[in-house]
Amino acid sequence: MFNAITHSQIYVLDQDEALDFYVGKLGLEVNADVDLGFMRWLTVNVPGHPDRQILLEKPGPPALSEETAQQVRELVTKGATGGSLIFSTDDCRKTYETLLGRGVEFTEEPTERPYGIDCGLRDPFGNNIRFTQPV
Amino acid sequence: MSRAAEDTNRRMLRARDAMDRAYAQPLDVPALARIAHVSQAHFTRTFRATFGETPHRYLQRRRVERAMFLLRETDRAVTDICFAVGFGSPGTFSRTFRDIVGRSPRTYRREATPANVPTCFTMAWMRPAG
Repeated sequence: MFNAITHSQIYVLDQDEALDFYVGKLGLEVNADVDLGFMRWLTVNVPGHPDRQILLEKPGPPALSEETAQQVRELVTKGATGGSLIFSTDDCRKTYETLLGRGVEFTEEPTERPYGIDCGLRDPFGNNIRFTQPV
Repeated sequence: MSRAAEDTNRRMLRARDAMDRAYAQPLDVPALARIAHVSQAHFTRTFRATFGETPHRYLQRRRVERAMFLLRETDRAVTDICFAVGFGSPGTFSRTFRDIVGRSPRTYRREATPANVPTCFTMAWMRPAG
């Protein structure tokens, strides 16, 4: 049966802006950036871990009608699409400081939990991102 | 029109995030409207249109949810918890908690069981509805 998760997808409203954020600020690396004609296949991964990619997909035609794409965009900006990523880190507080210095908008400061120290942020579009330093 | 709606949503989400983050601070409508970069007159109405409840109600439920979390996961005194989540007095805290949860903080503490899943999900899903 299955042996790995290789790709996950979230909706972003602008793929160039998404690259600035996910690569420029969060420090992920581009895995694939291919113009397929009908879409721009854009994936990123944690450096050194290309086995798991995140597809940064822009909602729009022909996959979605203009009207549906607009609804998706509105939900993303309300933080309601369910786009959600949880990363792990060796040092939550240090990563928080680094990202804060890069102007990242946080939703929660590093906090001790039974499962580790974690904190939360949003991407520029409204997707929910967290990272945890496991216990 | 629609780009304007996206921009408005994002501003309202920013204000809602501020309540999730700084629920223990005194957050009033002028402060939240500044975070959202909109006028006070529009803020409450727009927030309600976006998320289905007023900012005041959202914040009250967030504070109660955080109190539920502390009652469940820590052994801090109820009065401590009241101030730690942003209520101004134990009387207001008990009354609001009971109105929303249907039980007193002490009864809730006795009956609750820890929920050991990532906080973002407990914050989103355990904020009392209705």
